[in-house]
Amino acid sequence: MNTPIRRLSVFSMILFGALMAQLTWIQGFQAEAIRDHSLNTRQYSERLTEMRGPIVVGGENVAYSENIAAEDDPARYQRVYEGGPLYTPVVGSFRSYGADGIEKSENALLDGTDDRLAVRNFRDVITGREPEGARVELTIDPAVQQAGYEGFEQLGMNGAAVAIDPSSGAILGSVSYPSFDANEVVSIEEITDAVANFDTLAADEDQPLLNRALRERYPPGSTFKVVTAAAAMEHLDAGPDSTMDAPDTLELGHPLPNATPGGTCNGGDPDTLAHSIQISCNTSMANWAIEMGGQALADQAEAFGFHPQVTEDEMQVPLPVIPSYAPVEEDRNILGRAGIGQSNVEATPLQMAMVAGGVANSGEVMHPYMVDSVRDSDRTVVTQTTPEVYSQAMSASTASDLTDMMVRVTGPDGSGTNGAIQGMDVAGKTGTAETGGEQGTHNWFIGFAPADDPQVAVAVVIEHGGGSGGELAAPIARNMMEAVVL
Amino acid sequence: MSTTKPEAPTALPPVKRRNAELVLVLITIFIMMSAVATAGLNLNNQVPGAMWGYGLIFGALALATHVALRFIAPYADPLILPCALFLNGIGVAMIWRLDAAKSGDIEHAGIGMQLVWTAVGMVLCIALLFFLKEPRILQRYTYLSALAAIVLIALPMIPGLGISEFGARRWIGIGPFTMQPSEFAKIALVIFLSSYLVTKRQVLSLAAKSIKVGRFKILDLPRARDFMPMVVGWVAAIGLLVITKDLGSSLLLFGTFLAMLYVATQRSSWVFIGLTVFIGAATAAMYIFWHFRQRVDIWFHAFDQEVYDRLGGSMQLVQGIVGMAYGGLFGTGFGGGQAHKIFASDSDFIFASLAEDLGLTGLMTILIVIFLLVQRGMRIALASRELFVKMLASGIAFVMCFQVFVVLGGLTRIIPLTGMTTPFLAAGGSALMASWLMVGLLLRMSDNARRPAPQAIQDEGATQVIRR
Repeated sequence: MNTPIRRLSVFSMILFGALMAQLTWIQGFQAEAIRDHSLNTRQYSERLTEMRGPIVVGGENVAYSENIAAEDDPARYQRVYEGGPLYTPVVGSFRSYGADGIEKSENALLDGTDDRLAVRNFRDVITGREPEGARVELTIDPAVQQAGYEGFEQLGMNGAAVAIDPSSGAILGSVSYPSFDANEVVSIEEITDAVANFDTLAADEDQPLLNRALRERYPPGSTFKVVTAAAAMEHLDAGPDSTMDAPDTLELGHPLPNATPGGTCNGGDPDTLAHSIQISCNTSMANWAIEMGGQALADQAEAFGFHPQVTEDEMQVPLPVIPSYAPVEEDRNILGRAGIGQSNVEATPLQMAMVAGGVANSGEVMHPYMVDSVRDSDRTVVTQTTPEVYSQAMSASTASDLTDMMVRVTGPDGSGTNGAIQGMDVAGKTGTAETGGEQGTHNWFIGFAPADDPQVAVAVVIEHGGGSGGELAAPIARNMMEAVVL
Repeated sequence: MSTTKPEAPTALPPVKRRNAELVLVLITIFIMMSAVATAGLNLNNQVPGAMWGYGLIFGALALATHVALRFIAPYADPLILPCALFLNGIGVAMIWRLDAAKSGDIEHAGIGMQLVWTAVGMVLCIALLFFLKEPRILQRYTYLSALAAIVLIALPMIPGLGISEFGARRWIGIGPFTMQPSEFAKIALVIFLSSYLVTKRQVLSLAAKSIKVGRFKILDLPRARDFMPMVVGWVAAIGLLVITKDLGSSLLLFGTFLAMLYVATQRSSWVFIGLTVFIGAATAAMYIFWHFRQRVDIWFHAFDQEVYDRLGGSMQLVQGIVGMAYGGLFGTGFGGGQAHKIFASDSDFIFASLAEDLGLTGLMTILIVIFLLVQRGMRIALASRELFVKMLASGIAFVMCFQVFVVLGGLTRIIPLTGMTTPFLAAGGSALMASWLMVGLLLRMSDNARRPAPQAIQDEGATQVIRR
């Protein structure tokens, strides 16, 4: 009986070996990845006794920590947010049970554990100062943010708006509506209430927890014609006066009509590219897309930041932005509809702001960013963001031609006159996207101002607004642009 | 005329080494006191009064057990008691530290129930050593121990007595106490299997048919008519699984059954057949019962947000793994971690608590000590002469080993997580008493195996007078 006993004893050694190997894997190799995992709630709950750095917008703290412990007791910090629901989609909330927004993406800097703060922390230990997290200063302009948020509040419809500085990519405004007051979900005194409030928000049909500006895709509709027009000029050597067949309806599986008054672009005759953009002609733009082919259209969209294939890649601004899609279409009917921003084309509001920004910045698309600088508690700069070029989406002359066409959109007889600002030229493009369901259309406006010296580029989408882009989205876009240029 | 049989090559030398044991026992007492002291320093910046109280009581109990061994089992393996004491001491210290951190009151933390159960366990161990001089006596109670095992397993299913908690029915309530009878059932089962299989091993190892690939024999299939014990074992394990929903106990008992069947017959086909049907049944159970599907989801998709958020989802497991990750290589120090915030951190999750406070290094040490205990058990099995004792010793050693594997394997996602206590470490009276009883059996068997063979003190005529 000794042989099987020996084998059993070897088997128990194997069992222990397996346990030891797995423990080594978890505690040795995986430890850091597990600590950084989003399901690790400790990275938030353990920080209650530490002075977390503030988040700053326009020189004011919009998120900061306040000591709520009685005198002589050990410090306990409550996170406080300013501005009600205004900044929540950007700043996020820092809860004892989780975090999101800048609070999450910049957590290591805010709580002071980031390696870049190591020297500073060491000095604090030596000098006996209470360690403090870093200050994170955002690029958000309070006036722009306010203008966008109030626009949605007055309209009472869900949607999102993004404003960027086209020359740097700095995000000046990032609005998502509806939003909520982060103070409701962060109390460390009444954690049960805070969790209940959060659960209520999570169950809300209007999805106030969803950051629509960065994490929701909509069909861009006619605003995508800017991309199609850019592709026509870059790939087919077209100019503003090049013409294309513009029938009153185009057979694309189902007949595609024109939305313009009377349902005609140029009385049924071929229409110029410039006029097609001005009045947002569907059939000519669909024909342009079919003429250039799916590859050319997808390449042009990719240069603006779209993706031709499904990807897990999320751009970090540093909030994660879900990818926008413009696949390579082979089928003529689908390709025609892709040329007017329907079928499989989907974009985040930020992506469409990048399209407007690319045209505004002479064809150069800048990488968007939200964190301007990070400073330690002494206001010494820890990091300062330098603008980066994302891509050269088109030549400067194409961009200049496109700008002229887009200026006509906000001019007389254009589809986006509501986007016009008195005393200057504004480039714009409206969009009304079919959603395929029972609900109303999505209504878009993208643009930039002033057209000759762009300082701000915007994209606004009204979710299921059921109207037109010029009527619903353009006024919000105008107010946001005015907050910068007036 | 020689009265001694030739020594088996596996025999152990007849040395007592009780003084070596004493030194090791003193070291374990020191380790236990240091653990409490470190925990107090980490939690409250001062050496807690509990260090002296706990040190004194635990030390006295440990030394008393050691002294008792000198008289009633002088040839017992000198490593077994220190290993058991080391694990018991670490467990007591850890439970004190978790209580202290939970209540925030260092001076009055933990009423020391674990220490009380330790005392009870040690008394049981000594009593067993005192009353059971010859382990083979247990062989007489083959079917009585089978009955005991069945009754102990069935107790929690009795309405009014059984308590169903956290999706499994494995407790019974007696007055203010709750017990886990399955802890004792496994000892009864090992005794039953040892005696039953020793008598039936010849029949069970008969082969009916060999399965060959080319010239190589893969498997010897047993005769169809010998399948009854396997069928009964399998039905019992699956019945237990379905009725109590206690996957852990079912796995432990069936695994022990297979291991002992293998030791008795040396037929790997039994193990193969047993594993196949058990895995088959468990897979079927997964499709039929929501409870098991949940377990498998937690196992494979612990880090999915959706599984994490579910009621009874993977939150506890993830918290345990996160704790281990915070422990890293060297741990946060005794009392330095956040393990007390995890549910069941002192019982089913005590390994996660230890992993966080002591790190990979500390947990490796603990595993090595448990492994040492297991291997001493196997060594006793090799050194013993009677087949029943060989079966009993290897069975008990394997139960300890496999229980640790089921618990820690579940925590580290090698196998699905099941609720089960850890021998010696986890809080709970039944587990501790059962552990000490198993150690008592090992000590007794090692004492018998190592004791010098009886010497003739008078060798004249037909009658020999020997001294035992």
